[in-house]
Amino acid sequence: MKLQVKNLYKIFGANPEKGLEAARQGMSREEIMSRYKLALGIHDVTFEVNESEILVVMGLSGSGKSTLVRCINRLIEPTAGSVMIDEVDVTRLNGRELRTLRLKKMGMVFQSFALFPHRSVLKNVEYGLEIRGVAPKIRAEQAQKAIDLVGLSGWEEYPPESLSGGMRQRVGLARALATDPDILLMDEAFSALDPLIKREMQDELLALQSRVGKTIIFITHDLDEALKLGDRIIIMKDGRVVQIGTPEEILTAPADDYVEQFVQNVDITKVLTVAKVMRKAISVTYPKDGPKTVIHKMKEEGLSRVMVVDTDRKLLGLVDVEDVLTAFKRGDKTLTQILDREVATAQPDDNVACLFPEKKYPVAVVNTENKLLGIVKRGSLLAAMADHGGKDGDR
Amino acid sequence: MEIGKLPIGDGIEAFIDFTTTHFAFITRAMSTAIGTGLEAMVEAIMFIPIPVVILIFAAAAWLISSWRVGLGTLLGFALIWNLGLWEATMTTLALVLIATSLSTMVGIPLGIITALVSPIRRVVMPVLDFMQTMPAFVYLIPAIPFFGLGPVSAIFTTMVFAMPPAIRMTCLGIQQVPKELIEAADAFGSTASQKLFKVQIPLAAPTIMAGINQTIMLSLSMVVIAAMIGAGGLGGEVWRAIQRLWMGRGFEAGIAVVIIAMILDRTTQNIKFGKWRKE
Repeated sequence: MKLQVKNLYKIFGANPEKGLEAARQGMSREEIMSRYKLALGIHDVTFEVNESEILVVMGLSGSGKSTLVRCINRLIEPTAGSVMIDEVDVTRLNGRELRTLRLKKMGMVFQSFALFPHRSVLKNVEYGLEIRGVAPKIRAEQAQKAIDLVGLSGWEEYPPESLSGGMRQRVGLARALATDPDILLMDEAFSALDPLIKREMQDELLALQSRVGKTIIFITHDLDEALKLGDRIIIMKDGRVVQIGTPEEILTAPADDYVEQFVQNVDITKVLTVAKVMRKAISVTYPKDGPKTVIHKMKEEGLSRVMVVDTDRKLLGLVDVEDVLTAFKRGDKTLTQILDREVATAQPDDNVACLFPEKKYPVAVVNTENKLLGIVKRGSLLAAMADHGGKDGDR
Repeated sequence: MEIGKLPIGDGIEAFIDFTTTHFAFITRAMSTAIGTGLEAMVEAIMFIPIPVVILIFAAAAWLISSWRVGLGTLLGFALIWNLGLWEATMTTLALVLIATSLSTMVGIPLGIITALVSPIRRVVMPVLDFMQTMPAFVYLIPAIPFFGLGPVSAIFTTMVFAMPPAIRMTCLGIQQVPKELIEAADAFGSTASQKLFKVQIPLAAPTIMAGINQTIMLSLSMVVIAAMIGAGGLGGEVWRAIQRLWMGRGFEAGIAVVIIAMILDRTTQNIKFGKWRKE
């Protein structure tokens, strides 16, 4: 476990102790505001982030998500609770220790990019290293690596203001990566970008993450973005955590009405995985089972098609009821003649959206070793989508 | 019911009497040092042939600003030379230069502290209001017991009058640095001084420069007024012209002041910072 936030509170205003006491006893945000003139920013937040995980914190504006991320590197001083990074409590560090931590372990990317307008792209990316006191030559090299990583080679000497929004945020990302931090804090990093660029940046972040494997805390108000990027998602409301879970858990089992409202607007096909709609596969084994066995099985299960696997359960193909009958009449002993090897396949982690173009059902679900795990029938796919509130009209 | 006149004036007088008797030896020593420096400066300039000095000034204006300002400088100084006001102009320039450098040396650090420490800001801002609204002539009076009659008193009063914009604009420039950039600097673990020198001051530089420009302009106007306490230079010419009703001579000296003002203004406005400051 890389980072652990425990019972974190942030109360804005003078003398927050009273508000803290009240919040701990369960007083609501509004009551604390009206009685003590204190704003409850973070209300008893606890969560953990694993190494190399992307944790998305999602909520509407005012839900406390930006405050939360700033409490982690103490740009905002938490009122109570602890933030443990590699077993060190960040809230107890003194000024110098905190600076060292920010210098070595954390990088931050901002919604407004926050690039230094008086420095070139290269000098912006070098900033963290310069602060750390790295020799000019080495820091230029390291900064160059980060610039290459985000695909900005050739732009080193340009001023940030001559770059487009997407490119500016790449500079922001490179600046955060240049110091090779363990943890990346991304505060609405892509929210200011237009939708196309945003999608592109999301893809690139995922590609980048597969190479660098940082622990990322990503703040957003966009559920689609959260579902796309997050290994896990935290949904916040009024400074509290409403739900923590994988994208699928959030979608399939919204903790309350608040989460459900978010989820209703999501295109379910984008996030529903094949594993979720997969059914148990009825299969026959080649070469052991002949046409007669297959007919018997089909009758029993009421199927018109059935998957054929070898003795290791590796997928070979499928057979259709009419072909089986023909083969039976011909007196074939095996399925060799009628085996249709061109079966549509999918992996359990695939998105169900990839199944739509398929003309041939059922689709076989196989693992990386081509072993049959299950099947997806057209009917069960549509049923699953209807269950999850997908908007049929869209498709 | 009658309330007697409050003894504000008496109080100030007593205070200044007290400080002069106890501290005047310091200010008098400063006076000697600055006075000697000033004299040496003017003498050094006067030692160089006038056309050479004019060419140097014109070249400097051209380099810092544009060829137009360079040409203007050339013609302006040529006119001053022609009017026979060369030495007076050089004295005034030297006074402005010294007053401005002292003002910025004190004003910019003070402005930075004022921006960063809000309790100090609450004290400094009203003092600046006071300094700027008090009629400038009033400062001339206490300057004399401290620094004696002459150019150093003039420099002191000029500083009091011309420093506020340097402090104010520095403070404003530092405060106007966007909050996100401060946050970014903090998030990367900058120390306070790294933040100041790598982010705040560079970003505030254009505003600070505008403040210095104002300081120069105010210095020039005050240096002329300070002729009343013996500053000499172009102000001295104007002052003499007033006393003797030499209308023509007064205007000639006035025109020389305007020329210097324009040259200093255009030149200092065009000092650039970094590669990408807008033209």
